[in-house]
Amino acid sequence: MKKELPNDRRKFILSMARGVGLSAMGALIWSAYVDEVKAAPLILRPPGALDEPDFLKTCIKCGLCVEACPYDTLILAQPGDNNPIGTPFFVPRDVPCYMCDDIPCVPVCPTGALVQDSVTSEIEGELTWDITKMDMGLAVVDAESCIAFWGIQCDACYRACPLMDVAISLQYDKNERTGKHAFLKPVVHADACTGCGLCERACVTKKAAIYVLPNEVALGEVGDHYIKGWDKADEARLKDAKGETTVTDRSNRSAVDSLNDAEDLY
Amino acid sequence: MAMERRDFLKSAAAASAASAIGMSIPTEAQAKADAAQSDWRWDKAACRFCGTGCGIMLATKDERIVAVKGDPAAPVNRGLNCIKGYFNAKIMYGADRLTQPLLRMNSKGEFDKKGKFAPVSWERAFDEMEVNIKKALKASGPEGVGVFASGQYTVMEGYAAQKMMKGGFRSNAIDPNARHCMASAVVGFYQTFGIDEPSGCYDDIELTDTIVSWGSNMAEMHPILWSRVTDRKLTDPDRVKVINMSTYRHRTSDLADIEIIFSPNTDLALWNYIAREIVYNNPESIDWDFVKKHIIFASQPVNIGYGLRRAGEKSLKDGKYTALEMETIDKEMQKVVSEKEAPALQPFGYKAGDVMKNNPGSLAHWEIEFDEYKKFLDPYTLDYVAEISKGDPNESIESFQAKLQTLADLYIEKGRKVVSFWTMGMNQHTRGTWVNTLSYNVHFLLNKQARPGSGAFSLTGQPSACGTAREVGTFCHRLPADMMVKNPKHRAITEKAWKIPDGTLNPVGNQHIMKIHRDIEDGVVKFAWVNVCNPYQDTASASHWIKAAREMDNFIVTSDGYPGISAKVSDLILPSAMIYEKWGAYGNAERRTQHWRQQVLPVGDAMSDTWQWIELSKRFTVKDVWGEQPLRGNKKLPDVIAKAKAMGYNEDTTMYEILFANERAKSYKVDLNDDIQAGYDDSESRGDSRNVVGSDGKVFKGYGFFIHKYLFEEYADFGRGHAHDLAPFDVYHKVRGLKWPVVDGKETQWRFNVKYDPYAAKANKDAGTNNSHAFYGKLAKALPHGDLKGVKDPAKKSLANKAKIFARPYMDPPEMPDKAYPLWLSTGRVLEHWHSGTMTMRVPELYRAVPEALCYMHPADAKGLGLKRGDLAWVDSRRGQVKARVETRGRNRPPQGLVFVPWFDEKVFINKVCLDATCPQSKQTDFKKCAVKVTKV
Amino acid sequence: MRKIRYLLMRRFTQIGILILYFGANAYGWTILQGNLSASLLFETVPLADPFALLQMLFAGAVLATDVIVGALIMALFYAVIGGRAFCSWVCPINMVTDLANWLRRKLGISDVQKRVYMSRNVRYWVMVMALLLSAAMGLAAFELISPIAMAHRGIAFGMGFGVGALVIIFLFDLFVHENAWCGYVCPLGGFYSILGKFSLFRVKHDAEACTLCMKCKEVCPEKEVLFMIGKNSGSVLMGACTNCARCIEVCDDDALDFSIRSQLEKTIEQTKEKA
Repeated sequence: MKKELPNDRRKFILSMARGVGLSAMGALIWSAYVDEVKAAPLILRPPGALDEPDFLKTCIKCGLCVEACPYDTLILAQPGDNNPIGTPFFVPRDVPCYMCDDIPCVPVCPTGALVQDSVTSEIEGELTWDITKMDMGLAVVDAESCIAFWGIQCDACYRACPLMDVAISLQYDKNERTGKHAFLKPVVHADACTGCGLCERACVTKKAAIYVLPNEVALGEVGDHYIKGWDKADEARLKDAKGETTVTDRSNRSAVDSLNDAEDLY
Repeated sequence: MAMERRDFLKSAAAASAASAIGMSIPTEAQAKADAAQSDWRWDKAACRFCGTGCGIMLATKDERIVAVKGDPAAPVNRGLNCIKGYFNAKIMYGADRLTQPLLRMNSKGEFDKKGKFAPVSWERAFDEMEVNIKKALKASGPEGVGVFASGQYTVMEGYAAQKMMKGGFRSNAIDPNARHCMASAVVGFYQTFGIDEPSGCYDDIELTDTIVSWGSNMAEMHPILWSRVTDRKLTDPDRVKVINMSTYRHRTSDLADIEIIFSPNTDLALWNYIAREIVYNNPESIDWDFVKKHIIFASQPVNIGYGLRRAGEKSLKDGKYTALEMETIDKEMQKVVSEKEAPALQPFGYKAGDVMKNNPGSLAHWEIEFDEYKKFLDPYTLDYVAEISKGDPNESIESFQAKLQTLADLYIEKGRKVVSFWTMGMNQHTRGTWVNTLSYNVHFLLNKQARPGSGAFSLTGQPSACGTAREVGTFCHRLPADMMVKNPKHRAITEKAWKIPDGTLNPVGNQHIMKIHRDIEDGVVKFAWVNVCNPYQDTASASHWIKAAREMDNFIVTSDGYPGISAKVSDLILPSAMIYEKWGAYGNAERRTQHWRQQVLPVGDAMSDTWQWIELSKRFTVKDVWGEQPLRGNKKLPDVIAKAKAMGYNEDTTMYEILFANERAKSYKVDLNDDIQAGYDDSESRGDSRNVVGSDGKVFKGYGFFIHKYLFEEYADFGRGHAHDLAPFDVYHKVRGLKWPVVDGKETQWRFNVKYDPYAAKANKDAGTNNSHAFYGKLAKALPHGDLKGVKDPAKKSLANKAKIFARPYMDPPEMPDKAYPLWLSTGRVLEHWHSGTMTMRVPELYRAVPEALCYMHPADAKGLGLKRGDLAWVDSRRGQVKARVETRGRNRPPQGLVFVPWFDEKVFINKVCLDATCPQSKQTDFKKCAVKVTKV
Repeated sequence: MRKIRYLLMRRFTQIGILILYFGANAYGWTILQGNLSASLLFETVPLADPFALLQMLFAGAVLATDVIVGALIMALFYAVIGGRAFCSWVCPINMVTDLANWLRRKLGISDVQKRVYMSRNVRYWVMVMALLLSAAMGLAAFELISPIAMAHRGIAFGMGFGVGALVIIFLFDLFVHENAWCGYVCPLGGFYSILGKFSLFRVKHDAEACTLCMKCKEVCPEKEVLFMIGKNSGSVLMGACTNCARCIEVCDDDALDFSIRSQLEKTIEQTKEKA
């Protein structure tokens, strides 16, 4: 009898430990999996989508936006796509976003993962859908494989662009090799490009030489310690600027410590 | 600046001389050496597509073309290409290539018009053709046999087709799709210069200060030339001005300093406005010395109709046209002069509200004095012209007037060189011939024509509209080298050259392409053969012609590489060898002739159109075709069998022996040691390893002589010594094309200019004058005299070496927007696709880039109709309707009141909507104007 | 028919809902659009999965009214008709696990298998873990791995490798543990068990009529909810009951049936007793 008590207690402790251990194991596997599948840095989201982390939080994966899309552009990530399962995205090379004037995919979103305000403008006092405000990504040109940079008169991307001359314009350069032809090179303007991917779809090279990347991937960022002297608008970046103490390998010790360390001096 | 241009001229001349004497041979040798080390072979060719005529190199490997590159030695493109040219290597390899003859048959294997297509042998195919041609000849005479020919024929194909049609069948019912593309330019050249084709060349682009594009979207339709324009603009951005004249905004506006959006058809008024500015407000700018020595003035009737069907024609009487259609067709017979056109017609004796009785279109014109011409110009004030021609309702009249004034000033500015380019906007026009000639008026008055860097320059749409359709003369009214079927001397020359009896050739040449369609609908043409074109997709009022082909008693044959709409409506389909599966030559818009060799064997049992014509000729003997033949209007072609016998033929001599396998032909030997032939296939001359079972049920082993060289040389002889001189066949295989006339091995850059054109120099010398130019063309060079309204003195006066300035007014087109059909419809092309898309819609990359034709319209018009971008809409006219997706943001931005729909997409069959009105003089259809309504689907 | 009348009704609603979803995406029907995560009924009424919403709130999402209203509607609905009615009347996985269970019984796998002990409370742990992980990872954690969502979303929008998840559940239920997914692991089931704790719609047992044949226990996927069989009359009150009505169907003695009022009475009685 006496033996049973410690046994029961041991049993209890052991089963508690087992429970905790199993839970921890499950939680670790689960979170590792979640972490893996949510890391899809090249995924392109529907118009008006929140930033990727907020989008992942907010999207309920109902597919209403997919059903609203008249072009079958949007698809829900399926297991095996290596994208966050159930979330909507599009692959412009297959079906680009045709930038419907009334953006039907946005208003159906029940959770606010697709934000109406981000794709509407007030025009003549009326709230109006404004496709020019869409910002799903940024088209990037690979100048090595873009045949317009070889001198071929292509510009299929330019003519496919719904914001022609604003999002993609042509840059004219002399072709010194022939002496009498010009290059008509496509140039993407990041501020206007919506990332719809009509250019990527139209590109005639084997693998598209112009392709849409999410803004976070495609764009660099300039530190807010330097402002363009010739551009008043650039001062907007100063809004969040604050002075920061800098640390390098040279400066990571306190001044006193480094002064007192004179061993290698002579 | 001046120095630079002189240097340029010198180097350009040197370059062409060098190429003429074969200095490019070292490159060839190098290429051969390189090829020895690899398992592919490079050889030169011309691009399959537009009239620019870029040179390309093709890589062949294992009997397939695997790659293409721009030919760096080609002067036009120097190694570059456009997006279509980039895909030349892929155009022949669509999965649905036609590989064997297909006949509509019933279950018993008999021909049945309602049957399904099933494969047959070549022998069976020619049996059916023979039977049906004989049936058609019996029913309607030679006029019952028609051919839809092509500006995409190779020179040799076109020549073979025309020789068999005109010399064999004695039928002039052969007319190319080029009729739809540049017939107005041709008649303009004839009437103005007396000889076809542009005076200038592409070098004008590098030499000019001003490029004015009239009804031409060069940026999309002539991309390589456009890149040269762009380069010119970059070279001297302040001096060089680019102006885009169009009825809607398109990509050519990108580079333009000025964009002028005008209302359809008012280009007539715009040209006359510029001329009025010169004559009334800047008379000092007229080069009177030039004008007096080189120019006369001319007028013509204005009541010439619109090339529509005329009252009394069978199908009209049979009620095949609806009341709605008749609303427009009735204008062919008479019309009421509108307020809009009344001021322009006043000098011709018409006022608003007058009923104008129209006569059938005629080419008649007569000489007038300058004062009459000046009187004619009087109405074209800035106010009047701006009012009728402003095309964008949202533009202010002041802004528009200022642009017109600037345009006129640029033309007039002393020392400023100006090139006016145009394409379909000016040619596809119910007054296409008129507006073409009006362009020369302005250039002539200012002495800015046929000079380096200056001139009005017609750009052709098709690769060989110049080379084959025009130079070979595969038109119903033409013979090679600008000769005419109605001219007895020209017929005699041709009969002699072809060794056929005099009197064989038919003097009546009026079955132009619209007429062939209409004759099929009227039941006159009973046999029609489609060659290298797609007439059932590319002709306006398409439903009529398709119905006639499918439902009437006739036999339609289509030779094609791919199944397009024309093949679909046919009774027999013949699989054709495509461009690089045969030897060939094309002539581009600057008179440059370019040859290529057969690179690969055709796919399946496909054979070239040349072969098909020659095989057909084997089925017809002297007695089949050269007896007496009936023509319409109780006319007859004489029996020439006796004369044929006197020439050594007998009743059973085949057309093959006379026209193709004659003594001369056999003198061009198959020679495998010949530099030109060695190492290349020649399916027609030598047969090939496919061992295709031919038209007689036996394996085809070749004709045994070098047929391509024969056809080319015999054809070229027509032009040699007549200002159309082509170089010998072999030379073209060594150089990158030459601009004719090629005299003493040298090409000609600027025709009619004594300094550059040996023929002009000779004409000047022969005439004993010391002029700068000689407009030596021979057609319509003796005219009666009169005033604007008519002939006063019928005695014809010679105008040797002179060109003409015409008094041709603004007139309304036959169909304009009204309450029921409130929008203009213009059709056209896109850079990514070639014409009806049979080739380019099968190149996956081009298909993906532009998979469907869109209806481009102004956002406000769309909104007013309750349409959103991307909505499907009906585009309706009095003739038919199609569904198309609305685009308000695309490459084309029409003003309010106009929609634009390209015609490449057989699913958006816009030619069912278009009107088959033509220029009454050139018979070219106006695809740019009709009235439509657009409604939501 | 009488023996499977509820089964047929359940299959009808389960499949019917999936068909409506499928038709919405494939043919543009507008009766019920979306999927079980969130839907739109007749293009006006928003519906949403309350458990998904809870995870999203834990993840820190700022949500629009539509989805909150939708989740409240569904929560209220299941709170009234029995939380786990979702499991047996709506959830598509139910068809997979029912098939596994049926096969398991037919093949007698339970008879030859050593019983592995597993606590039915695991589902609550998984549920809590889902919420905690959602908070930690910043996204609805269960929604990313849920085989239920893979199934209903897959039917409407394309399955992909989701088929694999269904096969795993099927094989696990068939060979490893009876009713493992629905009866033990599924956190959504756990969530609805709690939500349905006080629902009005219950199975009622009449001990008088019971012949103790125990057929009901054999078919019940949540056996302990039937602890009172043959012992005393009364309603099945545990939240884990899925209202699947299999017990009612198999009972030859009319000792089981659905009931509302008696449950209410019972509840009131119990409350009084406790007081």
